[in-house]
Amino acid sequence: MDLLLDAVVTGVLLGCFYGAVSLGLSVSFGLLDVPHVAHPAFLVLASYGVFIINEQYGIDPLIAGLLITPLFFVFGLIAYRLYYETFEKRGSDAGVRGIAFFFGVAFIIEVLIIIQFGVDQRAVTADYIGKSWRIADTRIPYRMLVAFAVAAALTIVLTLYLSRTFMGRAIRAVAQDQEALRLMGANPIRVKQWAFGIATAVLGIAGALLIIVAPVDPTLDRAYIGRTFCVVVMAGLGSMSGTLVAAIILGVAETIVTTMVGASWAPAISFAMLLGVLAVRPQGLFGRRS
Amino acid sequence: MKRSGAAFWIGAAAFLAVAFVMTKVIGNQYPFFAGYVILQFIALAVAWSILGGYAGYVNFGTSAFYGVGVYASVFLVKAFGAPLPVQILTAAAIGALMGFALGLLTLRMQGIFFSIATIALTIIIETVVTNWRYVGGAAGIQIQRPPVTAPFDNYVQLLFFIQAVLVVLAVAISRYIQNSWIGRGLQALKDDELAAECSGVPTLRLKLLACVISGALLCAVGAPGAMYLQYADPSSAFNLNYSVSTLAMSLIGGTAHWIGPVIGAIVLSTTQQLLTVTISSEVNVLVLGVMLVLFVVGAPEGIIGLARRIFHRSNEGRE
Amino acid sequence: MTKKVTEAGSISRRRLLTTASAGAALAASPLGINLLQAQGAPIRIGMSMPQTGGLAGGGKPSLLGIEIWRDDVNAKGGLLGRKVELVVYDDKSSASETPAIYSKLIDVDKVDLLFAPYATVPTAPIMPLVKQRGLLLIGNFSFQVNSKVGHDMWFNNAPWGPADSWAASFLDIGQKAGGKSMALLSADQEFAQNLAKTAREVAGKRSLPVVFDQSYPPNTVEFSSIIRGLKATKPDIVYVASYPPDSAGILRAVNEIGIGGSVKLFGGGMVGLQFGSVMESMGSLLNGVVNYNSWLPEKSMYFDGTKAFFEKYTKRAVEAKVDPLGYYLAPFGYASGQLVEQAIKATNSLDQKGLAKYLRENTHQTIVGPIAFSPDGERKETAVLQAQFRGVTDKNIEQFRSSGKQVILFPDNLKSGELVAPFEAART
Repeated sequence: MDLLLDAVVTGVLLGCFYGAVSLGLSVSFGLLDVPHVAHPAFLVLASYGVFIINEQYGIDPLIAGLLITPLFFVFGLIAYRLYYETFEKRGSDAGVRGIAFFFGVAFIIEVLIIIQFGVDQRAVTADYIGKSWRIADTRIPYRMLVAFAVAAALTIVLTLYLSRTFMGRAIRAVAQDQEALRLMGANPIRVKQWAFGIATAVLGIAGALLIIVAPVDPTLDRAYIGRTFCVVVMAGLGSMSGTLVAAIILGVAETIVTTMVGASWAPAISFAMLLGVLAVRPQGLFGRRS
Repeated sequence: MKRSGAAFWIGAAAFLAVAFVMTKVIGNQYPFFAGYVILQFIALAVAWSILGGYAGYVNFGTSAFYGVGVYASVFLVKAFGAPLPVQILTAAAIGALMGFALGLLTLRMQGIFFSIATIALTIIIETVVTNWRYVGGAAGIQIQRPPVTAPFDNYVQLLFFIQAVLVVLAVAISRYIQNSWIGRGLQALKDDELAAECSGVPTLRLKLLACVISGALLCAVGAPGAMYLQYADPSSAFNLNYSVSTLAMSLIGGTAHWIGPVIGAIVLSTTQQLLTVTISSEVNVLVLGVMLVLFVVGAPEGIIGLARRIFHRSNEGRE
Repeated sequence: MTKKVTEAGSISRRRLLTTASAGAALAASPLGINLLQAQGAPIRIGMSMPQTGGLAGGGKPSLLGIEIWRDDVNAKGGLLGRKVELVVYDDKSSASETPAIYSKLIDVDKVDLLFAPYATVPTAPIMPLVKQRGLLLIGNFSFQVNSKVGHDMWFNNAPWGPADSWAASFLDIGQKAGGKSMALLSADQEFAQNLAKTAREVAGKRSLPVVFDQSYPPNTVEFSSIIRGLKATKPDIVYVASYPPDSAGILRAVNEIGIGGSVKLFGGGMVGLQFGSVMESMGSLLNGVVNYNSWLPEKSMYFDGTKAFFEKYTKRAVEAKVDPLGYYLAPFGYASGQLVEQAIKATNSLDQKGLAKYLRENTHQTIVGPIAFSPDGERKETAVLQAQFRGVTDKNIEQFRSSGKQVILFPDNLKSGELVAPFEAART
């Protein structure tokens, strides 16, 4: 019974981590419909950025993550511009080609990382890595608590931004009806570009989290394509809090299977859940549309 | 129409004849090893395009079908010592069933949701195989080839020829679909599924048919892979590379015509084979990335789109 | 519409034919090149090596070791009066690439000798090919690839020895420390599963109860719940067979969750704890862990040429951006070269059968110590070290260059200290 309780606690924290690395995708894919399979590649790139800053200047990885967000914001602006000029502007079915485009981008990022850093795995150091918090008999790793806090903070900030600010509301509007926004006098492309910038900027912090929770290597992005899309689709497109909840459900399911059945079945269970959700409720658990 | 049909079959027969003669006159084994891989990708790309190109349902699970084909063979060899044709036919049957299941998914999902569902399916199947001790599980399994049968004197040449036959089969089916009511129905469905449904196109039946055919072919192409490597392990058999490469080849070639994936697969897999034995480093992956980006940006209709554009332009010039 | 399709169809048929004949031409041409190969041409050693993908972290330092040997031997005037040249292709860590690569090496490049790629997965598919052609193959840290194939011209450079010796030596240490039960945690990947299998067999033979036996999938992020489950079974000996990213995750989780006072011995088969970057980032978390290794900077491990080798390696690793320590694979790459060097010198020829006979029948002096082979081509006796991390501090890669940081507990002839147990006591 204790083990089960532990599994739930660990699962919630793990889920928060999954949520944090998926939030950017929830904006770029969920709100803007961009099939951003290079999202995890940018995530790993951010981790390497955090790694350099931490290694060179001994700056805390989370602060390092914050420091690189402006850079990633710019990356996002550029990436969307490229995508827009190539696909959305021409209007033809961007679907498959969009995916292929981002796969290409992901491979290029992967190789650039290998050329710059070599193939060895990298990790960062901080006081909260490798230590844990004791409550009664249970011990909870601090780095997972960090994941929890960061995920919660990111979700709150993004939710507030999307609902309270003018730009945030414009982003949500552009997701629903591009024409209406144009009539209101806003340039939907600008809005989308801005939103994509934000989605990518969030990766700065998410990348810090990735390398705090576990070491990274240049090809790690491939493992996260399935996971992040799974979270975002399961949540239903575009809901920030929904993304976090879906991620937590996934995390808890994984750890319970690990504890009760065996870790080797965990991936099958989470993706079976995704298939189930898609089959029963294609708009996702907290979806905005069908 | 008829004349082109005859020409196609003569071409196909000539292709097989050349493949067969190659096995007789070339003593060097390398062309067969490399050729096998290239042919395998041609067949995969053509099979993938039946669903992904004609119907516009992007299947990310090529590696799932390929891997199931490989492991169907591994199981049959281990359990019954089944011969190669039985392996391929069984794999095709299993692939058809998987395709049918995939077809049912299309009932509920379209676009990227369908693609994501196929990724999920791949991971589930890979996990099951990884946990299946009988076929080696995660540890992998070594398998022995049976002695080669006449008229071939080397097993790799036999596999090369069989893969050539699969290519012809896949192309013939793809070509038939393209030129028949099925292809036109799929085209309508791709353009606007709802409109197609309303105007009386049996969309569900068509989608199921495309999924079943594509799935059966993909699995069948994977089946000889077990004998080619004489080894199987889940991470190689279910490698993401098969999904991405197949998709890339079809797009680079162009999906509007059956020849598109053929050209795309020849271009890309030959390049990859050449790079493997020349530059041979991480630059290899870089080339794949850059080619993907350049082609989807610069040649939206693929190589056949480019060729058509050039062809039309020169025609106009003459008139 | 129909017309258009017809036209396109006939174009493509022509193209198809062109391609087929181009293929035939391509196939014929390399034969011409080989006519040029005259006397005095270099001796060419062919291999594939994982330089991208999951195994690249091991493949690159291994290759550097082989390259240093090549440069050394060429500086001494080569072999049989000919220079030595390497022909190396990247196999992307995948089994599906190697058959074509080795066929190219054998049939087109016509290399004189073959080395196997690093690791089991890329090696397994080429074993039948090499056996069928009757060629000598020097293995590179693959595990039991020859057990089913039975090729008598296969020689593995790895220190493994008999299949079960690895698990046996680890369990010996554990049982001597009073261990009466074992927990087994393994990655769902080829090498780890093979290790786990032999561990189960050895435990079975010694009727040592296995109280926990789980495998976990690749790319597992969080090991907390696995470690909690393991801890709950209160094992004495914990045998872990893991891969680089996971090894770090497991050790972190162990440090955070704790493993319980019952554990006397922890480690055994963790891949990754041999690599400089991993050891550096793990730092003090490593303390107490008893893990396998192939070479360590302890006094007993220095043989003729070892010191000189590492001086060269350390310099070249920086510019090659590979593991700065390179203990695990690089010296064995060099030793592979030494094996063929000695065989060629002794038999004064490149005859594969002759070389194989020489390698099988003699003991060879290398920078990793004397090597002798049993009939299956593996080492006659295991030289897998089991060593305990002690007194490791954080963020310092240089500390691992001095002796005493990894104390060798096994084998007896190389031993440099005694086990500190229980595990928790050894961590401070």
